[in-house]
Amino acid sequence: MKLRVENMADEHGQKWDRCLADTAVKTVTGLGVGVVFSVLFFKRRTWPISFGSGLGLGMGYANCQHDFRSPYLIHGRMVKVRTRCSVCERFLT
Amino acid sequence: MLRACLRGADAAARVRRPSHLYHVNISVSGAAKVVTASLLTLGGGIGGTILYAKWDHKFRAAVEKNVPYSDRVFGLALGPASQDVGIPVKKQVSMDSQKVLMMWFTNVVICSNSCNFSNLLCFVFVSHSEASTEATHIISAISEVQSVPAPCDTKAATAKAVSVSLEDSLASSAKATLQAIGAQEAALQAITQHSQKLKTAMEVAPQEKSTQWKDVEAALSDRTCAVNDAGTALLKANEALASLKTVINKSKELKIAAVRPLVLAAEENLHNMVVDLDKVITQVQTAESEAKIVSQYSELVREAKQQFEREVSSLTPEIQANWKGLTGKLSVDDLNALIAHAHRRIDQLNRELAEQRVREQIHIDAALEQQKMEHQNTQEKAINTALQHITEDARLERERKLSELREVMEAEMRTQLRRQAAAHTDHVRDVIKVQEQELRAEAEQVLSSKTLEMETRYRQLSQEQLDNFTLDMNTAYARLKGMEEAIDSHVVAEEEARKAHQLWLSVDALNYTIKTADAESPCLPLESVAQVVKDSCHNNDFALALSSALPEESLHRGVYSEASLRARFNSLRPLARRVALIDESHNSLYQYLLSYLQAALLFEEKQQAPPAQLSSEDLDPFRLLSYANYCLEHGDLELAAKLVNQLRGEARRVVEDWLTEARLTLETRQVVSLLSTLDWCRICMRAV
Repeated sequence: MKLRVENMADEHGQKWDRCLADTAVKTVTGLGVGVVFSVLFFKRRTWPISFGSGLGLGMGYANCQHDFRSPYLIHGRMVKVRTRCSVCERFLT
Repeated sequence: MLRACLRGADAAARVRRPSHLYHVNISVSGAAKVVTASLLTLGGGIGGTILYAKWDHKFRAAVEKNVPYSDRVFGLALGPASQDVGIPVKKQVSMDSQKVLMMWFTNVVICSNSCNFSNLLCFVFVSHSEASTEATHIISAISEVQSVPAPCDTKAATAKAVSVSLEDSLASSAKATLQAIGAQEAALQAITQHSQKLKTAMEVAPQEKSTQWKDVEAALSDRTCAVNDAGTALLKANEALASLKTVINKSKELKIAAVRPLVLAAEENLHNMVVDLDKVITQVQTAESEAKIVSQYSELVREAKQQFEREVSSLTPEIQANWKGLTGKLSVDDLNALIAHAHRRIDQLNRELAEQRVREQIHIDAALEQQKMEHQNTQEKAINTALQHITEDARLERERKLSELREVMEAEMRTQLRRQAAAHTDHVRDVIKVQEQELRAEAEQVLSSKTLEMETRYRQLSQEQLDNFTLDMNTAYARLKGMEEAIDSHVVAEEEARKAHQLWLSVDALNYTIKTADAESPCLPLESVAQVVKDSCHNNDFALALSSALPEESLHRGVYSEASLRARFNSLRPLARRVALIDESHNSLYQYLLSYLQAALLFEEKQQAPPAQLSSEDLDPFRLLSYANYCLEHGDLELAAKLVNQLRGEARRVVEDWLTEARLTLETRQVVSLLSTLDWCRICMRAV
């Protein structure tokens, strides 16, 4: 694991790298899938291609955004608050 | 076919039968074998037990005790158990043999006077204790007179032996004397009986004469036997008494004091025995004399009778020779002859009587004289014996008195001597005590005076010495104290100076270490130098606290220099500008795009001097960055860090690391500067 000093400044850059790569891959994959679907099931129409690529792009975008937001996300937990009955405790123990 | 089958069946059966029989035989023989083996074992065990019980009686007793009815079996087989087999029987035998030997020995002692009495009696003494070697001792005693065992030679043993010999001889002589007395009494009895019988025979009527005379003859024979026995017994007694006398004399010769009373007692006993014996002898003699008189008288009577018969027979010879005399009637002639004879006899007798009457007095005188002579003789004899007895008595009495007196005298003398000795010892003891006391007092006096003198002199000298020594010691001590104090103060001062110098040096080293950081990498870890600083500030708490206030990162990893921080800031600045709009609420990609646009379109001054007080406008990231840049360019890292600290959001995240580094560096620099100022102050004060 790299030192924090290095990461903080380069984190931004690394995030962008990941993001773009991921988006590109997803888009191309979506495109591909769209092409395949279009060729196989939808009689060579274009809308699956665009749909697929849009799908891929959207997914990549969402991922990218989530990655950039990640430091600010708050992961909450539901904590049940129980009031302890001292009598019951004594009875139980 | 059928036959063949049958044959086959037969063969099969035959084959089977022997096997069956064989099997049965085996089983039968097996059972028989077991039974016979067990019976043999049992019989062997019982036989062995019986044999061993026969040999060892303890085993037999144990078996009889533990196994019921075994005593019956043993009784049947071996007979009743013998009681106390072994050593006690031997002891019994030895005891009987001892008794026999004792009797024989006493006889030997009595009979053989010529043997060595002490040896024999010693052996008698020894035979009491050694039961098993009696036979050999007896043989040796008879054959080899010289084999005397060692214990007989000691004085106590001789005394004991002498006493034993005396006792033995006393016993033997007493026995013999008793026997003699008994025999003499028997003889006396017989004599008196005889004389009595004689008297009665003479006085009694003629009818029983023959029986009487037979009785008299029997009594006479008895008397002669008794007298003979008495004579032999008397001889024996005399012999025994003589031997006792010799033994007494011998023991007197040995002159052992312990034996004297025994000797005296023996002598007395001897005397008494002699006296008794003499008494009995005199009695017997008187009886004999009486019997003599009686027998003389009877002899006279017999003679007269015989004379008369002779006369009668001479006168009437036919009566005795003729058978006519048997009728018992005498003829007239015979009668006449007898009467004539009788008359003649009467005349004769009258004449003799007259003569006798005349010579009566003379006869009486003669008889009296005879009697007197006899009396005198007997009297003399009696007087002699009595005299002897009395002298003997007196002598014995004298001896007894002498011995008593001797004992008394001895005891008295001993007490006197003892008293004298005691008095002497007391006197001597007193004298010695007195002398001792005197001498002791003298010596003590001398000793005490001398010791006193020596002591006083010694005290004087020691006191002088002590005083001198104390004086010298005091002076030396004072000087030493002065010197010590001077040295101590010097040392303390130098120490302090040295410490301060050391601390200054260490702080200087720390400073130098911080400054020698490269542009990109941090400086060396400050741990060692900080340790040196800590060691240098020995008792200065402030310095210690300061040196321990250095941050951990700086110690382990080192800190960045200002130049490197500046460079990093310059590289970070565009990034911070680009993400200026991003914060917790605005962080989508669209916002990112807008922020990028803003950064591209907005132009601000590179460096701008920060105001004295920040307003809300100044908290804009772009302006803050320019202020910080200005501060950095002018070497104010602190203010730059403060300004950068005001950034918020993503820009703040981006410069977070830089901020921590800047903080570290600032902290370290602050500590070091404080230390150096402190040191400088101390050195200045020291110098002052």
